[in-house]
Amino acid sequence: MNHPSAIRIFFKTIVARAYPRFVGSHRNLTWLVTETLLPLIGTIAMIYVYRALHAPARYLGFVVLGGVLLAFWQNVIWSMATQFFWDRGGGNLELFAMAPTSLAAILLGMALGGVYMSLTRSAAVLLVASTLFGIGYSTASLLPALGIFVLTVCALYCLGMVLASLFLFYQREAWQLADALQEPIYFLSGFYFPVRSLGAVVGGLGSLIPLTLGLDAIRQLVLPGTPQFVPLAWEVVAIVVQIVAYGVLSQVSLRYLELQSRQDARLILRST
Amino acid sequence: MDIAVETKALRRVYRSRRQEVVALDGIDLQVRRGERFGVLGPNGAGKTTLIKILVTLLLPSSGEAFVDGLDVIRQFREVRHRIAMVSGGENVGFGMLKVREQLWMFSQFYGMPSAQVRRHIAELLERLGLSEAADRRVSALSSGMRQKMNLIRGLITNPRILFLDEPTVALDVGAARDVRDEVRRWMAEDPSRTVILTTHYMMEADELCDRVAIVNRGRIVAQGTPAELKQQVQQDAIVDLQLSPGNRLLDALRAVDGVAAASVSEQDGIDRFSLHLSSDAALSGVMRVVEGSGRQIRGVQKREPTLEDAFVKLVGRGMAEEEQA
Ligand SMILES: Nc1ncnc2c1ncn2[C@@H]1O[C@H](COP(=O)(O)OP(=O)(O)OP(=O)(O)O)[C@@H](O)[C@H]1O
Ligand SMILES: [Mg+2]
Repeated sequence: MNHPSAIRIFFKTIVARAYPRFVGSHRNLTWLVTETLLPLIGTIAMIYVYRALHAPARYLGFVVLGGVLLAFWQNVIWSMATQFFWDRGGGNLELFAMAPTSLAAILLGMALGGVYMSLTRSAAVLLVASTLFGIGYSTASLLPALGIFVLTVCALYCLGMVLASLFLFYQREAWQLADALQEPIYFLSGFYFPVRSLGAVVGGLGSLIPLTLGLDAIRQLVLPGTPQFVPLAWEVVAIVVQIVAYGVLSQVSLRYLELQSRQDARLILRST
Repeated sequence: MDIAVETKALRRVYRSRRQEVVALDGIDLQVRRGERFGVLGPNGAGKTTLIKILVTLLLPSSGEAFVDGLDVIRQFREVRHRIAMVSGGENVGFGMLKVREQLWMFSQFYGMPSAQVRRHIAELLERLGLSEAADRRVSALSSGMRQKMNLIRGLITNPRILFLDEPTVALDVGAARDVRDEVRRWMAEDPSRTVILTTHYMMEADELCDRVAIVNRGRIVAQGTPAELKQQVQQDAIVDLQLSPGNRLLDALRAVDGVAAASVSEQDGIDRFSLHLSSDAALSGVMRVVEGSGRQIRGVQKREPTLEDAFVKLVGRGMAEEEQA
C-alpha cells in the first residue's frame, strides 16, 4: 500500500506537535509571568547572595549564564521528558502511539514548540540581569560560545528523549524521581558556580548531564578567568559524543519501552 | 472471502499486584472487508480490550490478530498506516487549539498533505454541521460537538479500517443519528472500507451493523446478522410486564417454570420486565409470583423479539447493569 514516507511523517509530526505549544504561547500570555518574570527574580536573588558574600564580579556572570541554560533544562524536563505522563492521562498518548509516526518525532516537536518560550526566558534573564548589575562579557569568542550553546541544547534534547522513555514506562515512579532529583542536579551541573569547585569525581559525574560541560565551556569563553575544569576542546568533544550516545540510546529505549508498555497496558487509558 | 480483521484464540490478561483479570478469553473473529461489524456486550465484557489490541496499543497475552492481513504484534508499524480509532467520550488534543487546527495536527502524524487535509476537514465539518465551530477553541465545544470532531479525526486519515469504541455514548438523539449517518455515508463511499464498532445500544447495532458479535466475560457468545440473532428468540414468547416498584422480583421470576430468561429496566418509576417464555402456559406461574409480591400490574404486552431479547437470552441478563428490581 502507498503511504507517505517515514521521513516525511517524521518532519510533519515535529511541526504539528510543536504547533499547539507555539500557538499556546500566543493565546495564553500568563507564561510571560511564570516563565520569564519568576525565573528572572530567582536569578537576581542568587546574584544578591553572591554580592552579599563579596564574590568577585565574575561570579555574577556565572549566575546569569546558569539562569540562561536553566531555562532549557527545565523545558526539557518538565515540558518534554515528563510530558507523556500527562499525555497518557488525557488520552493523547494513545493517539500518538497509534499513529504511524514515532514517539521520537513527537518529543522533538514538544522540544521545538518549547524553544520559543525558553529563548524568551533566557534572553530576558541575560539582558535584564546583565544590564541591571553591569555584568560584562568578553565578546571575542561569542561565535564559538553560541556554537557550544547550540550543541549543548541538542545534547539536552537527546537526554530528554531518554528520560521520556523512562517516563513512558515508569510513570508515577519516574515523576517522583524527577522531582527528587531536581535540586541535586542544579548542584551537580554547577548552575550557580564553576564546576571546578566540585572536584573531579563529583564534577565528572555531573558531566553526564550535557548542561554541565556546556555551561562550563561557555563560561570559559565569555567570562575570562573562569577556573578551568577540563580543557575546552575536550568539553566540546564530550558534548558531541553525548549527542550521539544519548541520541542512539533514546531510540533504543523508546522502542524497547514502547513494546514493554504495550505488554503492560501502559499506553492505554484505563476505561473501566 | 476477503477478510479485514481476524483473531485466533485471542486472550488478554491484565495483571496487577493484587489480582489478575481475564479480559479476553479466546476470541475467534472474522470480519469481512466492507462490513459494518458490531461488538456488543455489557460493561467489562472486553470490548475495549479487543479494540486496543487491534489498533496496536496493547499486546495480547496469547493468540493472534490480523488487521488488513497484517499481524498486529509483528507488523504493527504497517498496521498503523491503515487504521484509525475513535472512542466515545474521549477528550483528547489541546483545548486552546481551534477545531480545524486540532484536526490538522492529528492528520500530520500520518503525513497527510496539509492543503488536501484542510479541504477535507472543511468538507467534513460542513457535513456534520460543525462549520460554525471550525474556528472555535476545542475547550469551548459541547460534548456532542467534540464527539463529532473526534469522528472527523478518524476519517481524515483515510483509514482502511475504522474502529469506533462506543461512538455515540452520551450523545443526544440528534447527534447520535448524525454520527451514525456519517459512518454509513463514509462506508458507502468506498466498498472496501470496514468499520468495527462497540456499543451498548441494541438499537444502534440493529440499525447500523451488518453483523454483530455478542461478547460476555471475554468470550463471544453469539455471532450473526441482527436478523439471525433475533431468530434465536423467535420461538420464545416475549412478554413485557410493567409493574409498580417494590422488592426485588427478578430472581423469583427467573425461577418460574417456563421462563427462559428475564431482564428488567426502570422507566418513569415503573419497572419494565422482559420475560422470555418457552410456553404461553408459563404466564400463569408468572402472575402468581407477581400477585404474591404485592406489586400492581400497570401493563402486559406480548411483542416481537428484538436484538435486546437475543442478548438477554444469550447472556442471561440485560445490558443495563443495575438489576435491583
Ligand atoms: N488497564 C487495565 N488494567 C487492568 N484491568 C483492566 C484494564 N482495562 C480493562 N481492565 C479489565 O478488563 C475487563 C474488560 O475491560 P474492557 O474495558 O475491555 O471492557 P468493555 O467491554 O470495554 O467495558 P465497557 O462497556 O465498560 O466499556 C474488565 O474487567 C476491566 O476491569
Ligand atoms: Mg469499553
